[in-house]
Formats: sequence, structure tokens, C-alpha cells
Amino acid sequence: MTNEKHHIVPYSTYAIILAALLLFTFLSVAITGIELGEFTVAGALLLATIKSYLVLTYFMHLKFDKAYIRIMVGFVFLVFLAVIIITFLDYYFR
Amino acid sequence: MSQAIHHDEHYDAEGSKIAMWLFIFTELLLFGGLFIIYSVYRYLNQDAFHLAAEELNTTIGAINTVILLVSSMTIAMSTSALQKRQKGTTLLLLGITLFLGLVFLVNKYFEWGVKFEHGIFPGSEHMTENLSQGEILFFGLYFVMTGLHALHIIIGMIIIGVTVAKVSSGKVHADRSALLENSGLYWHLVDLIWIFLFPLFYLIH
Amino acid sequence: MQASSHIPHDVSYLEYKGKHNGLLSWILSTDHKRIGLLYMYSMMTLFLVGVVLGLAMKFELIAPGKTIMDAQDYNAVFTVHGVIMIFMIVVPGLPAVFGNFLLPIMIGAKDVAFPKLNLASWYVYIAGALLVIASLLFGDGSPDTGWTFYAPYSFKTGANMLPAIFGAFVLGFSSILTGLNFIVTIHRMRAPGMGWTKMPLFPWTLYGTAWIQLLATPVVGITLVLVALERIFGIGVFDPALGGDPILYQHLFWIYSHPAVYIMILPAMGAISEVIPTFSQKHVFGYKAIVASTMAIAFVGYFVWGHHMFTSGMSGTAQYTFSILTFLVAIPSAIKVFNWISTMYKGSINVQTPFYWAASFIFVFMIGGLSGLVLGALATDVYVHDTAFVVAHFHFIVFGGVGFAFFAAIHYWFPKMFGRMYDSLWANVGWIIFFIGFLALYSPMFYLGMQGMPRRYYDYLEQFHAANILSTLGSWVMTLGLVIIIINLFRSAKSGPIAGKNPWNGKTLEWTVPSPPPVENFETIPVYHEKDGPYEY
Repeated sequence: MTNEKHHIVPYSTYAIILAALLLFTFLSVAITGIELGEFTVAGALLLATIKSYLVLTYFMHLKFDKAYIRIMVGFVFLVFLAVIIITFLDYYFR
Repeated sequence: MSQAIHHDEHYDAEGSKIAMWLFIFTELLLFGGLFIIYSVYRYLNQDAFHLAAEELNTTIGAINTVILLVSSMTIAMSTSALQKRQKGTTLLLLGITLFLGLVFLVNKYFEWGVKFEHGIFPGSEHMTENLSQGEILFFGLYFVMTGLHALHIIIGMIIIGVTVAKVSSGKVHADRSALLENSGLYWHLVDLIWIFLFPLFYLIH
Repeated sequence: MQASSHIPHDVSYLEYKGKHNGLLSWILSTDHKRIGLLYMYSMMTLFLVGVVLGLAMKFELIAPGKTIMDAQDYNAVFTVHGVIMIFMIVVPGLPAVFGNFLLPIMIGAKDVAFPKLNLASWYVYIAGALLVIASLLFGDGSPDTGWTFYAPYSFKTGANMLPAIFGAFVLGFSSILTGLNFIVTIHRMRAPGMGWTKMPLFPWTLYGTAWIQLLATPVVGITLVLVALERIFGIGVFDPALGGDPILYQHLFWIYSHPAVYIMILPAMGAISEVIPTFSQKHVFGYKAIVASTMAIAFVGYFVWGHHMFTSGMSGTAQYTFSILTFLVAIPSAIKVFNWISTMYKGSINVQTPFYWAASFIFVFMIGGLSGLVLGALATDVYVHDTAFVVAHFHFIVFGGVGFAFFAAIHYWFPKMFGRMYDSLWANVGWIIFFIGFLALYSPMFYLGMQGMPRRYYDYLEQFHAANILSTLGSWVMTLGLVIIIINLFRSAKSGPIAGKNPWNGKTLEWTVPSPPPVENFETIPVYHEKDGPYEY
């Protein structure tokens, strides 16, 4: 087996990502504090999605892995999304 | 068909990485089931969920979020440190991760403790008599989801503990780093789930 | 070549003496072939328990009123029959037995990616099986909810539910680990040159199945955990008295349990896709269409769970959607049947026992599949929902599909597994008796269901008597066939004539190694070239 060359991620990259994650965390606390009605949930979820994208891409190294792992991860999230949507075809229209 | 090439007892870093990802998928779907339940009940009991969420302490939730994010960074850094062949730094970063995990659990312990003091726990008299059905569901899900998450923190800490032992004994090193990378992936999964749990439980106002 | 060279190549996996002797050399072995046989023997034992429970049910139904048991016992018997047959036999069935034994050989590898994990999966399987059996023997009465554990009854009943629920959870875990192992094996360990489009069809179906195992099983896992928590703490998630919605339980349960049907049927289809080209001595017709339909079934099958719930009070929109999606799944299944039959066309068909099983598989699978469309259509489903019609349908699919494919597979790969040939005459006699018994047992249930006989009742009206007698007689005939088949296989494994390396003139890799295969399968790993394919006749 060949020893695959690892891409060594510099510490500074991780620090920048952490700073971004913390920023988004405080942002989500702040925006849910103001009354936005229906958009509160949407805003909080959008920020959570951005945060999880950062974690997946950098902390979990998807950016540096082979493409098929990224495809698998995307596929799994899409399947889950489809399951939620189909479940809500029941609850939303009941 | 001709014959050639021998397989050796091989160390397949990519194979174990895929295996870890596949396991992470099952964990995501495990929590996914709970997120489906959460979204259905939140849709059916919007006002009750808002009311019940008042009971949760946003500050503690935010502090725990910060703790987990920082610990995620330290364990990610430890992989880089190992690849740079800095064993001491690797162990230090893993130690910090473990410590932060412990702090998270202590916070959680006190948070749950306060709920129990207020008579909020599954099957309590206070809940069945004074709270609406939507609030009971909210707290039922709160305990199940944060409890299961805490269980994953504990499992993650055990895995990191094993990794620490193997790094210090030299079994895990720059050319055989799969175990460290996989325990990192697992820890990030725990982080990933919390990223969604936090707004869904603590940030409903 | 180092590390493994001390294992001699001329000793078969059955004779190889590792570190241990006797039973220990089996239950501590990480050899995928021995693990496959471990699964086979444990499943056979559990299967016989399930068969006895099934016979007891049919005997109860030989006449109206109480025959040998009362209503509560009948509830327990059909529950345990279902739990054993679904969670312990048909879900793990083909992947755990034939997948373990053959997947590495068919893709040209020495073992699966994680041999120790593979052995651990077997122990987890046994632990789950023991838990379920414990629920029968201890506590306040056997589980009586049906294998579906529907809320709220599953946490209200006084029966001993916790071990059964926990057992099903543990069995799911075993299934996940096997699936994970297979996916990594297929990704990483295919022989050099064996691209995805040169992989035989059985491994392809195992790949599709493994993905469903990974993505669907955790959902039922968490659902069962919630039912257990509901029983212990009363968290309220599925309890209508505390605001929970029992229909949500049904959603979550079927998000796993419908894909589970495809976990069962896909490897069965894969085995049939191996048998038919070999006994037609012809290249499989439409290889790529079979692969594509496998993946399409796996994918679309994930989104059709709601057709189990048409009468539960789901919204109309959800009902239409699930009905349409259900009809969509029928298309790839039909493509497969078309391909199998086209493979036979103009082939030099060698009519042997495995071919009989494969041909009868197609027959019963088509009946099962077409009756599934009756249930997938909203208007007709409302009419036959929860009647014997449903029981007939899923036994044609699950038992007719998986069972017949399992017997096709065992008669096909038996000479490879044991190095000996079975007695064809007795094998064929067993097949025809089993086949007749099967049809006599389940076909009357279609009629009974149309006439309105509900399922899961220990009693029925006088007007259903004649068809029920036929069905019970069928169960006896089928069991007779089963006994003949099993005795024949056991005797032949010990004393049958020595089978060559390739008795059927098969073209896939398992027929290039000695029978029974040596411990590490291949002396040298085969290499695939541009022109090579799995079915080049």
C-alpha cells in the first residue's frame, strides 16, 4: 500500500475557522434575541448550517479528502432532508 | 486472467477513514430520527415549545457551545502536530480536548440538576400536573437528546483517552495516524450535533 | 510477501488448524468463511424455532375457535415468529451467510476489510438473539405486540417487552457493522483491474443493501430506544396521554422497516442474478441495467415507508405521494425479472437444482410483487388492509423471495462451501414438495383476505374454514420438503461425492479457487484485464 501524502493543515487555518465559528455562534444568539417572527428559526438554522459546513470542510478534512467521501456525505444529508420533507407531507397537510 | 501482486497484512488508512465516516453516518441518522421527532412536535406545539424553552439557560448553553468548538479546534490541531512529529504538542492538545469535554459534562450536570430541583424530569408530578402536553414533549426531547449527546461525549472521551495512550507509547505516529484522525472525526461529530441542538433548544424566544 | 505466508495454501479452511481446536477454532476464527458458516448454523437453529411457531399458528387455524391455544398465546406466537423471522433470519440472512462467505472471494480478496469486527458482529448477533429469547422465557409473559412494536400498546402492555426491544436494537447494531464492513471491503479490496462495472452482481447487491443497513437501521434503533424510555420513564414522546403522536412512531418504524424489505430482497436478487447466467451458460443480459435497478431499488425504497400506513389517518397528500413512489419501485424490480428471463433466452439451459429454485423464485416473486401493487394502490389497500391478503403478500415476497433465493444459493454454492456434491434427486424432490406446500400454504390467504378474514386473529368465521384447512395442510407439506432438503444437505456435507473446483462451469472468481477454498482464498491475487468480465461465456 502506498503511503498517501497527508496535507498538513497549518494551525492558523484552524484558528481562523474557530474564530468564524464563534462569530456565528454569537450572531445566532443575537438574532434570536430580536423578534423576527417566523424568520428566527430560519435564521438560527441557516447559521447552524454554515457552522456545520465549516466543521465538515475544515475540521473534518473533507476539503483535503478524495471527492467520493464528500459525495457520500452530501448524499447522506440529502437523504435525511428528503425523509424530513416526506414526513412533513403528512403533518403539514393533515 | 493472469496472476500477480501480493497483498500484505496491510495498514489501510483510507479504508479505516471510510469506515469511520460510515459509522458517523449511522450516528447522524440516529440523531436524525430524534430531529424528525423534534421538528414534528415543534410544528404541532409552537407556543408550548416557546414557553418551555424559557426555562433553559441560554448562557450555559452558549458557554458549552464555545467549549465544544474550542475542543474541536484543539483536536484538529493535534493531527497537524502529529504529522509535524511533535509528540509533546500532540499530547498537550489532546489533553486540553479531554479537559474541555469534562468541563462540558460538569456544566451539563449542574444544568440538569437545576431542572430536577424545579421538578422537571420525565414522569415527575410537577410536569404532569402543571405543564401542558407541548411542554412535556419539549422536556422529554430535551432530556433524551442532550442525554444521548452527553453519552456520545463520554464515548468520545474514552476514544480520545485510548488515543492518548497509544500516542504516548508510540503506536500511533505520523505514518500510522488513522486512530488519531478517526477519534478526531468522532469528536467533530459530537460537535456537529451540538451545533444543531443549541439553537433548537436554547434559542427559541 | 511476508506476514501471512506461514498459512499453507493447500489446506482448506475447513481443515486448517489455527491456534485453537474444536469449537474454539470456529467461534474465535476471523476467517470470513468460518464466520459465514457460524451465521448459517445459528440462523438455521433460530429458523427452526420460527418454523415451529409458524406451524403452531397454522395448526391453531385448522378449525374455528380454540384448537391448541387461546388468543393471548396466539398473540405471543405470531409476535415471536415475526421477530425471529424478520430480525434474525431474513434481514441478516443472505448478507451474513453468503455475503460473508463469498464477497471476498468474488472480488478477489483474502478476507473482508475488518475481520475482527466481522467476528464481533456475529457475537453481537448472538447477544441480540439471546435477549429476544430471554423475553420469552422470563418476566410477565411473552411479547404480544406483533413484530412492529406499535405504540402506544408496546409500552402499555404488561408483557415482557424490554428484552425483546433491546434485542431488536442489538440485532440492528450487528447488521450495521456487517454493512459497514462490506462497503469498505468493496471500496478498497477489489482485485486489481476489477472496476465497478466488472464486479459480479451479487457483490453489487450487497453494496446496495449495506447502504440501506447503514442509513435505515439507526432510525429504528433510536425509535426502539424511545419506546424503552417511554416504558421506563414515561417521557411522553409516543404517548397520546402526554401529547405524543403514535402515528409518528409508525413513520419512524417504517422508515427503517420498509427499507428492511429491500435489505432482504436485494441480496436475494443478487444470488438469483448469479445462478441464472451460470445455468444458462450465457452472459447475463443487461448487466448495467441490473446494477442500475439494484441501486434504484435501494434508493427509491427508502422513501416509500408510508404505504404501510394508508389507514392510519395520514394526510391525503402523503398518501398520494407514497402510493406513487411505491409504484415507482415496481419498475426496477420488473427490469430485473425481464433481464433474468432474457438471460435464459437462447441460453444452453442446464436444469439443475439451483436453477429450479431460481425459476420458482421468479414465479413466486412475481406473484408477491404484483399483489404488492394491489396494496400500494390506495383504494384497494383500504379494502384488504390488515387482512390475510397482506400476510399472503409479504410471505410471497419475504419467504418466497428470500427463502427461495436462499435455497437457490445454498444449492448453488454448496459444492464450493463444503467441497462435496449433494444428492440431486433428493434435492429436487425436496424442492418440488416445498414448492407445492408453499403455494398451498399461502395462496389460500389471498382468497381469505379478499373475503375479509383479518390477520392476527386466532379464530375465524365458519365460512373461512375450507381455505384454512388447505393452508394448514400446505404448511405440513412445506415442512416435509424442508426436512428432506436439510437432511440431504447435512448428509452430503459429510459424505457426498467430492465436487470439483467448478462443477457448474461458473465464470465468477469463486469458481477459480479450490473447493473448499483455502484459508486465504487465493495463492496470488487475480488481476482483471480490459477484456475480462464476470460473465464471459
